[in-house]
Amino acid sequence: MKIAVCIKQVPDTANVKLDPETHTLKREGVESIINPFDLFALEAALRIKEQAGGEIVAVSMGPPQAEEVLKEAIGYGVDECLLLSDRAFAGADTWATTAALAAGIQSLGDVDLVVCGKQAVDGDTAQVGPGIARRLGLPHVAFVKGFREVAEGRLVLERQMDDGFDVVALPLPGLITVVREVGEPRPPSLKGKMRAKKYQAPVMGAAELGLTPEQVGLAGSYTQVVKVFAPSASGDRRMLEGTPEETGAQVIDALVDNQVIMLGS
Amino acid sequence: MDYFFTEEQEMIRDLCRQIAEERIKPVRAELDEKEQFPSEIMKALAQADLFQIIIPEEYGGLGGGCLENCIAVEELSRACCGVSTSYAASFLGAYPILLYGSEEQKQEYLPLIGSGDEYCAFALTESASGSDAGSIATEAKKDGDEYVLNGSKQWITNGGEAGIYTVVAITDRSKGPRGASAFIVRDGDPGFSVGKKETKLGIRASATAELIFNDCRIPASRLLGREGLGFVVAMRTFDKSRPGVGAQAVGVAAGSLDEAAAFARTRKQFGKPIITFQAVAHMLADMATEIEAARALVYATARYIDSGAKDFSKVSAMAKVFPSDVAMRATTNAVQILGGHGYMRDYPVEKMMRDAKILQIYEGTNQIQRNVIGQELNKEYGRKK
Repeated sequence: MKIAVCIKQVPDTANVKLDPETHTLKREGVESIINPFDLFALEAALRIKEQAGGEIVAVSMGPPQAEEVLKEAIGYGVDECLLLSDRAFAGADTWATTAALAAGIQSLGDVDLVVCGKQAVDGDTAQVGPGIARRLGLPHVAFVKGFREVAEGRLVLERQMDDGFDVVALPLPGLITVVREVGEPRPPSLKGKMRAKKYQAPVMGAAELGLTPEQVGLAGSYTQVVKVFAPSASGDRRMLEGTPEETGAQVIDALVDNQVIMLGS
Repeated sequence: MDYFFTEEQEMIRDLCRQIAEERIKPVRAELDEKEQFPSEIMKALAQADLFQIIIPEEYGGLGGGCLENCIAVEELSRACCGVSTSYAASFLGAYPILLYGSEEQKQEYLPLIGSGDEYCAFALTESASGSDAGSIATEAKKDGDEYVLNGSKQWITNGGEAGIYTVVAITDRSKGPRGASAFIVRDGDPGFSVGKKETKLGIRASATAELIFNDCRIPASRLLGREGLGFVVAMRTFDKSRPGVGAQAVGVAAGSLDEAAAFARTRKQFGKPIITFQAVAHMLADMATEIEAARALVYATARYIDSGAKDFSKVSAMAKVFPSDVAMRATTNAVQILGGHGYMRDYPVEKMMRDAKILQIYEGTNQIQRNVIGQELNKEYGRKK
């Protein structure tokens, strides 16, 4: 089975600075890590490979230094990497990001399964995984928490829901996004880390992926960030007491009284 | 202190530190309390290739030596000596195969041990044969192209968890210590069984069990080296493994210093952190000094062994006896510095103190180590005349 895992380099701190012009995160000068949810995606891919055999390719879109997280992925045991890096990719929203990632995955040939973390801890959108599936015309299952069956051409998955989980069969090729319940990420291996030291990830830009500058980066993004701010933590607090039914009713009353919500007639 | 590790050695240290922090520390108290074998952690160590460290590259390993082993063991021990005992015992069981195995034996067993698919164990001690290893009673009789083993082994680390056991048994009682031989026994061999799992003072995350051989039949090809080499195999194995016990001791001691120093900085009495009191600061200073001396001795000995030296029984014994005595003192003083807190199971230092005690006992008591050092001194100074 050929598996592509999407990983994103994210800043390793809550105190990231924002670019006042673009309102996007300033990534320079901040220590970067693999998006924690993507570690679960890596773990899921490694477990599927253990059962089904095959090859894992880690794909990342980012600036040249994103190669670091791909090398880290080699340490965890992925076979190959692909870095999608181009000045034209800068400022991409989720839509433009999926354009690059989908084209990158397509360039790998016959991929049976794409695995993504459920979301990135910087943007928190959870849109990129399903967006890639849409671009590639693949069926997808989001919030996968476990595997029931790994077979040729088919996965049977457990999808986490608010009130339990669904059991879903996914025909392959397909895409999944995973939650942390999928399994604790294994430590990197010594042999992997040694290989990572020498490993150089191939790099592809927009032109090599067959994408025009209008399709990617800021130009290819529909999202406009108008303002980004840290919400102030001030405000009144009131502790409500009683049964859940009573306190629930009190919350509704308070919201209505303060005109936060309006009850229809 | 910078010990000038290679990039690879630093990688081993960092990876073991990461696993110790992320996987071992959060569960060590529970493993200790429940006296539970750390199956999940051992699996993670295997996935991280840490069982490959001393396996030669031609058998799929990383080809490291005694120093690489010591670095890994020290870092794991800093978090939990029970876990590091389970880990290091696999190498203890593997050394006889590494040192005396035939090409076929190495090809068959070393990849299994290196991948962590099978854990290994070394079985010498018996109920009536401890320091006096020459008095073992377990027998192996040749019968056609098989050996038949009868007897039992006691306090075997990884007993019941290992798939591969290296066992010392008597093949010719008339020859005394030269009548012992070493064999490979597999879990599942007919007539082999695991007896009682022991309950212990410390290193409770490790499994210690009795092994029973009741007309246990194994192919003659499982003999290590040749008949009569059993004690040589055991002694050379211990020579190689003893600095590893020293490394465990350095790790446990360093772990207790971490706890004691951090506590002494935050614990206030008479309006001041207790580390500002000379009585406490001097205890910490002695701990730190002895630990650094022990570490330097372990690393220097490991490097000497890895250089291809032949005459390392004495330094190997020194690299076990000194660090383990240091660990006992350091952990006891860590409990003292934490006072009432240290005596409670809410803090890890009482466990470290219980764990440290075994390091003065197993793989040759510290008294036996001093015998070895004394005998070597007698030989050295005898030659000088």
